[in-house]
Amino acid sequence: MASGKEIRTKIVSVKNTQKITRAMEMVAASKMRRAQERMEHSRPYANKMHQVINHLAYANSEYKHAYMEAREVKRVGVIIVSSDRGLCGGLNTNLFKTTLSSMKEWNDQGFEIDLCTIGNKAAGFFRRFSNNITAQVSDLGDRPGLEDIIGTVKVMLDKYNEGKIDKLFIIYNKFINTMTQKQTVQQIVPITADEKDEKLAHHWDYIYEPTAEDVLEALLIRYIESLVYQAIVENIACEQSARMVAMKSASDNAGDLIDDLQLAYNKARQAAITQELSEIVSGAAAV
Amino acid sequence: MAMTIHVDIVSAEAAIFSGLAEMVIAPAVQGEVGIMPFHTPLLTSLKEGSIRLKKDDTEESFYISGGMLEVQPDKVTVLSDTALRTKELDEAAALKAKENAESILSNSKVSGFDHATAQAELARALLELRAIEKLRHIKQ
Repeated sequence: MASGKEIRTKIVSVKNTQKITRAMEMVAASKMRRAQERMEHSRPYANKMHQVINHLAYANSEYKHAYMEAREVKRVGVIIVSSDRGLCGGLNTNLFKTTLSSMKEWNDQGFEIDLCTIGNKAAGFFRRFSNNITAQVSDLGDRPGLEDIIGTVKVMLDKYNEGKIDKLFIIYNKFINTMTQKQTVQQIVPITADEKDEKLAHHWDYIYEPTAEDVLEALLIRYIESLVYQAIVENIACEQSARMVAMKSASDNAGDLIDDLQLAYNKARQAAITQELSEIVSGAAAV
Repeated sequence: MAMTIHVDIVSAEAAIFSGLAEMVIAPAVQGEVGIMPFHTPLLTSLKEGSIRLKKDDTEESFYISGGMLEVQPDKVTVLSDTALRTKELDEAAALKAKENAESILSNSKVSGFDHATAQAELARALLELRAIEKLRHIKQ
C-alpha cells in the first residue's frame, strides 16, 4: 500500500522537527536561568535609583528639571522593547497588540506618536504601520550592556527637550514567572513620584554639587536609562522563558503526532497484509 | 560603639555593597567628600576613583568609574556607572540609533519579500496542521 511509505517519511520528518524543538527547549532553559540572574542583578540599581528619584520629588528645590514637570500633551514618544528572534510563542504578538491598542487610544485623543524600537521584531512589525520610527537598536544579544542603549534613549530625550514629544512611554514584557509575562505600558517622562514617605514631608532640599542643573541632568538621564535597561533585561528573561514553554509544547505535540502516525502506519500495514492474504486465499479457492 | 550610617553601592549590572559604615569617603567632582551619620541631604556627581568605607578601624574600598552620590541623614546611596560617559560618546551613540531607524525604513523592499515568504510558510504550516487534524478525526 502506497500510504505506508508516505506515513513513514512523515514520521521521520516529524521526528527531525522534534529533535530541533527539544534542543531549542534545552538551550532556552539554560539561557533563561542566566537571563533571570542578570535581571536580579540589575534590580537593586533600578530600585535604588527609584528611591533617590522619589526623594528628589519631595525635595523643595528651586530648580525644577524639565523631566519632572508635566506639560500639555500633543505628541507622545513610545519605546517598544521586543525580542530579536522569533519562535517564542505569542510573546511579541501580544506585546504588539497591547501597543496597537495604546496607540489607538492616543490617536483618539489626538496625540501624534513617535516610535523607537528595540529588537528586530518590533522594527519589522511597526515599519508597516508607521513612518515615525525615529530610533532603532537591535541585535543586543543575551547580555546587553547599558552602553548599548544610551544612544536610543538620548534620541528620545533630545526630542523631549526640543518639545517634539511631551510624554515618553516604554512598552515591554514584565517578567512575573516562567509561565507568565505581562505586557506593561509604563510612563518614563515626565517622572512621577509614587509612594508617600512621611519622613520627607517636611521642608528640605539637597545640597547640589556642583549645581542643581548639572547634577539633576546627569541623575535623571541615568534614571531613565536604568528604566529602559531594566525593561530590556526583563524582556530577555521573558523571551527565553516563553521560548522554552513554546518549544516544550511543540516537542510534546510532535510526540503525540508521532504516536498517531505510528498507529496509522501499523493499521495500514496490517490492512495491506490482510488484503494480500485474502487475495491469495480467494485466488486459491478460484482454482 | 560609634554611630554608623547605612551605605548601598550599586551599579547597573550588580549590587556591590550594602551595609553599615562610620564614615564614607567618596570622590565627588569638586573634591573628596567624607560623609558621617546625620549629614545634610546631598546630591552630587562622582568622578573616577575609590569609595572608602571606614568601620571599626578597618577600611574597605571600592573602585568606581563615576556615578552619582545621594546622601540622606540615615543613608548613603552610591549609583555607580558601568560605562564610560562623555558627551561626545553619547552623541555618537544617538546618531547610530537614528541611522538604524532610517535604514529600516528605506529597506522596505527587501523586508517586504521576507514578509511574503514568511506568510507563505505560515499558510503552509496551517494547511499541514489542518490535514493532521483531519487525519485524527478520521481515525477516531
